Amino acid sequence: MNSGGKRGVLGLLVVGIVLGIVLWGGFNTAMEATNTEQFCISCHEMEENVYQELQDTIHFTNRTGVRATCPDCHVPKDWVHKVVRKIKASNEVYHKLLGTIDTPEKFEAKRLQLAQNVWKAMKDTDSRECRNCHNYDSMDFSRQESRSADSHDEAIEKGYTCIDCHKGIAHSLPEGYDPAEDMPGEG
Amino acid sequence: MKKVIVTLLVAMVTLVFAGGAFSGVTSLRGDRDLTADADENPMRKQVITEGGVERSYKIQPPVIPHKIDKETINLKTNTCMKCHSEKTYEQKKAPKVGDSHYVARDGNVLETISTRRYFCNQCHTPQLNAEPIVTNRFEGAK
Repeated sequence: MNSGGKRGVLGLLVVGIVLGIVLWGGFNTAMEATNTEQFCISCHEMEENVYQELQDTIHFTNRTGVRATCPDCHVPKDWVHKVVRKIKASNEVYHKLLGTIDTPEKFEAKRLQLAQNVWKAMKDTDSRECRNCHNYDSMDFSRQESRSADSHDEAIEKGYTCIDCHKGIAHSLPEGYDPAEDMPGEG
Repeated sequence: MKKVIVTLLVAMVTLVFAGGAFSGVTSLRGDRDLTADADENPMRKQVITEGGVERSYKIQPPVIPHKIDKETINLKTNTCMKCHSEKTYEQKKAPKVGDSHYVARDGNVLETISTRRYFCNQCHTPQLNAEPIVTNRFEGAK
């Protein structure tokens, strides 16, 4: 190869690396921008319904001052699952355009279905997003109420997942869901 | 002369203060005007009693020995029934809702809790470690 060709290859490599960094960085930055609470509640569907409900719960204000925002529970942390979830979110954009839940009444009518979708997703992943923060290994059962400690013991033994028992802890429960009919380990 | 004035002044000041202390009756909510807000409630920790609390008399609605701040009772749902319903109480090792709570006003026995008894915390309440405002010598039935 002559020196001109060598320089050409080198130049292409440098351009490729720079372009790669910029595009990759740009892509991730854009994705992270859609991964904030501010982005979520920029849609009134989220701001007026689920975000208001969240504010009364322990995941919003609590003794120690730690807050879980929308993406902490609803978007996976690791890259592959995150991108998959982001692609699935195109369905949410579609229904935003259709205005499927653009009034509180429409939202309420759909609440059971929407909740069941999230419950199923969490069940399928063994409550992966919960476990980003909560772990049996880091739980001190002696510091829990006895009924909590007993339940957690049983859950470990029988392989229950967080969402089996902890439904409706961050948002209101939907009409048509009967807590008495929902025993962990069934269904 | 000076001594007399000082003595008089001291006597006056004492009278003013003493008068202020004895005039009027203090209500249970303190010295505040009716238009003013009441004293803020002292933050009290809820009492958690393992195994429940004994009733004080025969037909007393049992008090709640655990926290209920994460439970919901509204038109759509009643999360107390997650543990206390007929279907779940055995597995959850919780006391079952009383049989009377399934009877509707016309005497029919329902499968689910009657709407008359739906709002649990109308009668069943969690307990705070509060001293009674007025002392009394009530003793529960033994």
